[in-house]
Amino acid sequence: MDVDFFVQQLVNGLTLGSVYALIALGYSMVYGILKLLNFAHGEVYMFGAFIGYFVLSALGGASSPSIPVAPLLVIMFLAAMLGAGLLGVVIERYAYRPLRNAPRIAPLISAIGVSFFLQASALLLFTAQFRTYDTPQLIPIDTTGRIDAGPLHISLTRILVIVSTIGLMIALTLLVSRTRLGKAMRAVSYDREAAAMMGIDPDKVIVATFFIGSALAGAAGVMFGLVFERVFHLMGFTAGLKGFTAAVIGGIGNIPGAMLGGLIIGLAESFSTGYISSTFQNLIVFGILIVILLVRPTGLLGSPVLKKV
Amino acid sequence: MSRIGSDDWVEQQELRSEYYTGFTGPARKAFDRVGPGPRFFAFLAICAIFPFFPTVADSDFLIRVGVNVLLFALLALGLNIVVGWAGLLDLGYVAFYGFGAYMYAWLSSSQFDVHLPTELVIPIVITASAGLGLLLGLPSWRLVGDYLAITTLFFAQIFVELMLNLDRLTPPWRDEPLDVTGGPNGIPGIDDMRIFTIDFEQTRDYYFLLLAIFAVVVVGLYYINESRTGRGWRASREDPLAAELMTTPVNRLKLLAFAMGAAVAGLTGSVFAAVQTGVFPQNFEVALLIMIYAALILGGAGSISGAVLGAIIIAAVPEILRTPENARYLFYGVLIASLLIVVRPWKRVAGIVAAAIVFGFAAHEIVALIWPDVVVGVEDGGLGGLLDSWVLVVDDHETLVNFAFVFLVAAVLILTQLRGESRMLLLIPTIYLAAFVWENRLVAEPSVTRQLLFGAILVAMMTKRPQGLLGTPRVENPI
Repeated sequence: MDVDFFVQQLVNGLTLGSVYALIALGYSMVYGILKLLNFAHGEVYMFGAFIGYFVLSALGGASSPSIPVAPLLVIMFLAAMLGAGLLGVVIERYAYRPLRNAPRIAPLISAIGVSFFLQASALLLFTAQFRTYDTPQLIPIDTTGRIDAGPLHISLTRILVIVSTIGLMIALTLLVSRTRLGKAMRAVSYDREAAAMMGIDPDKVIVATFFIGSALAGAAGVMFGLVFERVFHLMGFTAGLKGFTAAVIGGIGNIPGAMLGGLIIGLAESFSTGYISSTFQNLIVFGILIVILLVRPTGLLGSPVLKKV
Repeated sequence: MSRIGSDDWVEQQELRSEYYTGFTGPARKAFDRVGPGPRFFAFLAICAIFPFFPTVADSDFLIRVGVNVLLFALLALGLNIVVGWAGLLDLGYVAFYGFGAYMYAWLSSSQFDVHLPTELVIPIVITASAGLGLLLGLPSWRLVGDYLAITTLFFAQIFVELMLNLDRLTPPWRDEPLDVTGGPNGIPGIDDMRIFTIDFEQTRDYYFLLLAIFAVVVVGLYYINESRTGRGWRASREDPLAAELMTTPVNRLKLLAFAMGAAVAGLTGSVFAAVQTGVFPQNFEVALLIMIYAALILGGAGSISGAVLGAIIIAAVPEILRTPENARYLFYGVLIASLLIVVRPWKRVAGIVAAAIVFGFAAHEIVALIWPDVVVGVEDGGLGGLLDSWVLVVDDHETLVNFAFVFLVAAVLILTQLRGESRMLLLIPTIYLAAFVWENRLVAEPSVTRQLLFGAILVAMMTKRPQGLLGTPRVENPI
């Protein structure tokens, strides 16, 4: 077996997996608290990618950036995370909050509507053409921009993506396990009414959750743009589906599970593209999901749900 | 969640009396009070105009629209079985439609050189689609709600992927690749239908064929809904556990719902394939699924007449949007109609319209004075020269219009939160902004406008009137 090819696929899979894991976290957090499948999450991710692109072009574009590369990247990430987070909060406020006590099917349909609306808005605002981040201009892929280990070449962009994903995940884990907000989130996801009686404002916690989850999706959008360069208005749909797949595989509502699921999906996709065929990569990913859903609906790390009558 | 110290029933009554206020209140109240029986007969009476449509519609285009409406109505009726009655969120529905179309194509085209008689093909298509429905219904035994929705959505995705990629399949027993689906190019040149010596050649013929199918399906569904099966579906929708305890065979009913919905969709698909004389993977994508859902939700899930009404609106309105002239009338008509519904007391509407007109003329004058080169007139302004000096149409300023669109969305969202005077004040510039965005961008891009509209319809219906236009409000216990 060709080791170089294998490692390339592995790195590819890890990069893709990082993006999916970040999307999955948003799904997972929202689902954990609201028991709502936020179909519009993929579109938030797409908007994040576009915000990153527009910040990049506003600051001179990839070929002649007006500020050094490192702060430029930081600004791109911050802007995308802030924008996506606000978008998530607006979506929650107008499409989900009025349906807080409606039958389960209602917010789901509303979410589909939001997703469709956002996709059409992106088509209207950004047109159907592909935008390219042109990362090689920004971070050169010659000897300075990659790490060489014998026959292996790993580009710095991919390392950046993987490392920053790990950083975001550590930050999120700390937030959820160590802060007051995290405690409130856990309380609300466990029992919203009881949490309200303990003096927690569930609405505030839900808004915070949407903001954080959507901000992660925005970061994922910028990462996708940096690695795969092309952003377009339809990118959110399949990425959203795969992010959800990742969340389900890991066990929805479970943060380490979302990371694990993202990595599994990313690796499965990249290895099936590399070794089997690229036309059927989506089939393989969706096939994995259907099997896991049917065999173990609570996911790999999820705990079984008790049904109350 | 009920307030502390208030009774559930009292609160509901209060909400109801709040709901039926304003100009249209009594009408809406009366409308909501009409029982399902009279409503269904009113619906039948309206449907009686369908057969006369082709005698009035003189152009091929109109007949084509009529065929589309009927296709949509059938699809919405089929979806209504699964979503409206059985309460299962099936996002793979469009795959059944596609499957029916492809089945018809395989059995009566030169793809495999099979040309079976239509009388034979249609039962095969229906049986095969129902079988596929049973198969896809199986996950509903274990999965509910969101999980079922996402699993079925994956099936829809898998269907499109398969149809796109099964053009170079190499089975083990053959040496050369086999072209099953034609890939992205689909299967062209499908035979026309021919049922017992009746040839279906023109679109007009298919219109009558669809009408016959429609009549059979509507009557059949009406009786099924009234039957034990229908009651079983509703019971298992409201509370599967309680229904199971009352010996309702919940799992079997779920499968039956899936199979029946799939059968209707497959049958519709085969007619669609024959009308279009070709099938292509992009005919069966998620966008279509959203349109069918929009039709069902708009009309009212769980109601036959609602599904049909929704389908008429969803299939016919985009056709009006196609010509800028008609689209303009539609836009201003809908604007005023929604003002009448939203603004209370209704006498204010006149004031707001007048204020918006004055505002518009003033804004137009000011901008024309400051940047005269930006402003161009409305091309072939429909409502006379009036629009020409009212709404700003700018030349080549895409960014400006984009910002206006974002502001418009923001303004509409803020409007839903405001009450009283500030709402009225914000309403005036919002109307103008809407007209501005409409004339500058949306009117030229009907397909995007349609998508925006459907997305907005789904959200607005869910938040404002979840039972749809014709559905009966349901009392449900949130879990």
